[in-house]
Amino acid sequence: MAKILVVTSGKGGVGKTTTTAALGAALAQAGKSVAVVDFDVGLRNLDLVMGAERRVVYDLINVVNGDAKLNQALIRDKRLDKLHLLPASQTRDKDALTDEGVARVMDELREKFDWVICDSPAGIERGATLAMRHADVAVVVTNPEVSSVRDSDRIIGLLDSKTLKAERGETMEKHLILTRYDPARADRGDMLKIEDVLEILSIPLLAIIPESMEVLRASNVGCPVTLNNPLCAPARAYTDAVRRLNGDTVPMSVPTDKKSFLDKLFTRRAA
Amino acid sequence: MSLLNMFNRRGSAPVARDRLQLILAHERAGVGGSDLVMVLREEILAVIAKHVEVNSDKVQIRLDRGQDMSTLDIDIELPLTPAKAGGAKAGDKAKAAKLAAA
Repeated sequence: MAKILVVTSGKGGVGKTTTTAALGAALAQAGKSVAVVDFDVGLRNLDLVMGAERRVVYDLINVVNGDAKLNQALIRDKRLDKLHLLPASQTRDKDALTDEGVARVMDELREKFDWVICDSPAGIERGATLAMRHADVAVVVTNPEVSSVRDSDRIIGLLDSKTLKAERGETMEKHLILTRYDPARADRGDMLKIEDVLEILSIPLLAIIPESMEVLRASNVGCPVTLNNPLCAPARAYTDAVRRLNGDTVPMSVPTDKKSFLDKLFTRRAA
Repeated sequence: MSLLNMFNRRGSAPVARDRLQLILAHERAGVGGSDLVMVLREEILAVIAKHVEVNSDKVQIRLDRGQDMSTLDIDIELPLTPAKAGGAKAGDKAKAAKLAAA
């Protein structure tokens, strides 16, 4: 029986898809069987970030409509046997997703895997509420930036009211992943501090992902960051997040990359 | 990592550009349902379904979209019918179609 985890944020561009790919890969690297599901119908991108875009045959809507079996639509990752992708449809709009159809697919996924990770579209419309509907756990992705924090607060409200868990009167387990964090700027007082964001949103922290070139580099080549360069700072942060999700106690830190003298020279000039 | 980067000046951006060009070419061609590979997929399955009752659980379709050619790989387990029982083993796996589309 899988745990269903939704990666959500409200605001776009904060790192939901990067986070979905990284958590999915890190869980598979830890030996779990994983399905990552793209709910962004019409604007799919998880396939691209995972490097499977050339191999998409069927998508979520095909399975929801019964045009394809779940097995036929799942794409197995070429690098990690235990990692599978269910892509979103690129052509049809999100109204094609029916409540019953999605419920059936989620039930089937729950039987097959240890973890099912749903990548939510931005916004609070149907796609986003459907992505969170069946979740047992939610990961809220937030940038240390005012609009992102506000939208995350709105999403937390929806997680506590619009999900099946909430409707059954249970509490949704929620975690915060703070992305694009730059400790130097926070120290200078030019970026919201971790404590500020935590105090405002009041949900437990799962990981702090430092701002890093490695994230862009990984998406350029279509490889989850935990797989592309497992030792880089963001990859270590995601790997720690996965250990915490699996129940381990891991001290919280902001991982940093060891910088060479030349790198330091360049970043100082850039800042 | 940084030493490696110094030798590998091309970086990851050219990979990103190539991947985007390839997938966007296919997506633009696919607008309006004219994507050849997808049309072939549907028609091949329809033809096979006309002659044998195929359990859709036993059909695996793989696709690899490339720059100059794509491969569509359809694996179908043809059911053993009494008439054909002589030679074929139960659950014989037949590679029904493997084709490349330019």
